[in-house]
Amino acid sequence: MAFANDVRFAVNRSATLERLREILPPPLLLVEEEELRPYECDGLTAYRALPMFVVLPETESQVADILRACYALGTPVVPRGAATGLSGGAMPHEDGVVMSLAKFKKILRIDPVSRTAIVQPGVRNLAVSEAAAPHGLYYAPDPSSQIACTIGGNVAENSGGVHCLKYGLTVHNVLKVRGFTIEGEAVEFGADALDAAGLDLLALINGSEGLLAVITEVTVKLTPKPELAQVVLAYFDDVQKAGNAVADVIAAGIIPGGLEMMDKPATHAVEPYVKAGYDLDAEAVLLCESDGTPIEVAEEIERMKAVLEKSGATSLVVSQSEAERLRFWAGRKAAFPAVGRITPDYLCMDGTIPRKRLAEMLEAIADLGAKYGLRCANVFHAGDGNLHPLIMYDANQPGELERATAFGGEILELSVKLGGTVTGEHGVGVEKIDVMAAQFTPAEIAAFHRLKAAFDGKGLLNPGKGIPTLARCREYTQTRGAAAVTPPPRF
Amino acid sequence: MDAQLKEWIGRIHDAAKAGQQLRIRGGGSKDFYGLPSAGDILDTTSWCGIVSYEPTELVVVARAGTPLAELEATLREKGQCLPFEPPHFGGGATVGGMVAAGLSGPRRSAVGAVRDYVLGVKMLDGNGELLAFGGQVMKNVAGYDVPRLMAGSLGTLGLMTELSLKVLPLPPAGMTLRFAMGETDALKKLNAWGGQPLPIAASVWHDGALTLRLAGAVAAVRAARQALGGEEVADAGAFWQSIREQTHPYFAGEKVSATPLWRLSVASVAPPICCSGPTLIEWGGALRWLRGDQGAEQVRNLAASAGGHATLFRGEAALKTAAGVFQPLSPVLAKIHRNLKQAFDPAGVFNRGRMYPEF
Repeated sequence: MAFANDVRFAVNRSATLERLREILPPPLLLVEEEELRPYECDGLTAYRALPMFVVLPETESQVADILRACYALGTPVVPRGAATGLSGGAMPHEDGVVMSLAKFKKILRIDPVSRTAIVQPGVRNLAVSEAAAPHGLYYAPDPSSQIACTIGGNVAENSGGVHCLKYGLTVHNVLKVRGFTIEGEAVEFGADALDAAGLDLLALINGSEGLLAVITEVTVKLTPKPELAQVVLAYFDDVQKAGNAVADVIAAGIIPGGLEMMDKPATHAVEPYVKAGYDLDAEAVLLCESDGTPIEVAEEIERMKAVLEKSGATSLVVSQSEAERLRFWAGRKAAFPAVGRITPDYLCMDGTIPRKRLAEMLEAIADLGAKYGLRCANVFHAGDGNLHPLIMYDANQPGELERATAFGGEILELSVKLGGTVTGEHGVGVEKIDVMAAQFTPAEIAAFHRLKAAFDGKGLLNPGKGIPTLARCREYTQTRGAAAVTPPPRF
Repeated sequence: MDAQLKEWIGRIHDAAKAGQQLRIRGGGSKDFYGLPSAGDILDTTSWCGIVSYEPTELVVVARAGTPLAELEATLREKGQCLPFEPPHFGGGATVGGMVAAGLSGPRRSAVGAVRDYVLGVKMLDGNGELLAFGGQVMKNVAGYDVPRLMAGSLGTLGLMTELSLKVLPLPPAGMTLRFAMGETDALKKLNAWGGQPLPIAASVWHDGALTLRLAGAVAAVRAARQALGGEEVADAGAFWQSIREQTHPYFAGEKVSATPLWRLSVASVAPPICCSGPTLIEWGGALRWLRGDQGAEQVRNLAASAGGHATLFRGEAALKTAAGVFQPLSPVLAKIHRNLKQAFDPAGVFNRGRMYPEF
């Protein structure tokens, strides 16, 4: 499906091509349609656009030159990492150039003493932990796509993962970002220290979806690997009970290393694919992890079991080896591809809500599934209230994508109504750009645009993403009806 | 809309129209911090109270003028805390002032800073618009992360009216150890320990002694105590409080308060930083306090070569005005700062010159 990007540019194609040819040798500049086709979408395959050109710079000076040239010519630039993103943040702009950072894939330094790694943006998330492992260290944020997704994209999206309740998001684990402004000026956000002078621009860069700067180098914090980790699988005969158990664990003063939930449709999709050994009769399963020293873990696991039992778990299984622990997690981490096997297409939602509203949300999702006649499997980062309903559809059936999109839109509107947000970790991109109007007032949207202009006055970096134009907001409000989308007080 | 907010909006509009400035002030406990700022005082202390607090959500929402002491007492009743241990620096400290100053206490290197716990902000910008960013959930990437940007912004971007903060349970166990040790050895040890899964919550090196605070599960603290050795310090609460509030003899007292105090935020692995006066080290080596009369440029160069920056934390107004308080920014960052000020406060109403003279 085409995404109607309403931010358009009158671009001088031949002048742009001429300048890019001066900067890059032919293999680093893709021009022909068959070369451009693989770049037409990211992990959100429902939306596609063909870029004007793709550039694959290898050096910072090429990055700077390309940006300077595009800035001078008014040509948009869309930065791109591994394109595993699920919100279309790296989808090309028809009038613009895609800048792939795929060639920036060196780990520049692992420093076990300062517990930091300096990596280029094209380094895969998991590769950082693998390189740090000999020192007993790892990079904590672990999005489910960690085998493939890259650090530059992680910063751009402020990626989470299954352990962020205890270990934080990307923003909590990055010390410094080096990059370039759209004007081609080198810039550093953050420092080798724990803070930097002036405003906390590093906080803004994390999660900025490629709209503020192009990232060429990232310094991340490394965390000592806990001696031991064990996970409890807690099964429930009712999803609401599982939801309430999550609150009970937190109320007991426990911050689990990970606290995840899957409902029955999710475990049924996963089990044949991964053979994690889940109980398929249960309506929901919680994965509750403890990490630390062996005695600490033993103590905490006992406390967790006591709470979960009291909350009505029908059975509890504790991992007895590292292999078993990884197998239990493999099921959760493979939930998206597993669902991908049982349906031609699916949309993954990413709303976050206060934990106490979990049961309410689950009920609403079940009702919406009936209303739209589509199946939905639910996997949650329960510990931090981040939901990933996977709406299954078949794009070849007329109207199904539209129905799936409407289904997802209602989930996101409800997330906002329940005091949450339309996106916890996947980003707005193009996917959630309209529903942003359900979360923010026009004055707030305008403030975001002014903030963007502080970095990128011409609006050339990843245009039309992340923040909707005010015209788009008006259109959305008119279509959905003001009652459905009036931003409520969020706190 | 509440009458108080309406009144403030009126004042903001009037000031913007007249080209005048407002100086946002809570309890005034951090008046000493930053550059002297001009303008009529806008007092936030009447806008106070905890709006919502649900321990199982690990989130508290409070109005900006809420006394920090009140917030902390409320959390403590439920066995929770602001883990970054923000310094009060006086009885009147407010929640808004804590975020605006962006200062964190002894546990910062272990648990993160103020900015890491700010989930949402309601604010009045320089146009008098009431805006809300972020919210009450831990994970939220809708729109730019304005709430974290507000931490440490010294009120230059707007008047915060309400804050949503993440909180955590109090650690079940704690213990303080002391080691007789020189500065170089202490830095080496701290960095080596930092690479191990030890429950180190805070550290202070000063005058030949390294003091280490452990916090975490009972079993973890016990095991670490075995592994680390050192001498157990009884009743260490007062010591940590004196570091957090800078009432420790290193920071306070007649003799010392006349000498400028520099805060150097540097790479934890940076070697000892030579200077004329005494030093005190926190945050596993990443925070170095220097007290002395050496030139500002020299201190800033030392900090920069150690991977960080220097702040003239306490000093005479004349010195602050002459030397600046915060490390000068690179031209590209300075431009982004000016543009952001323009974006949030186009008429330059709020806390003009508090951070950098140019805005």
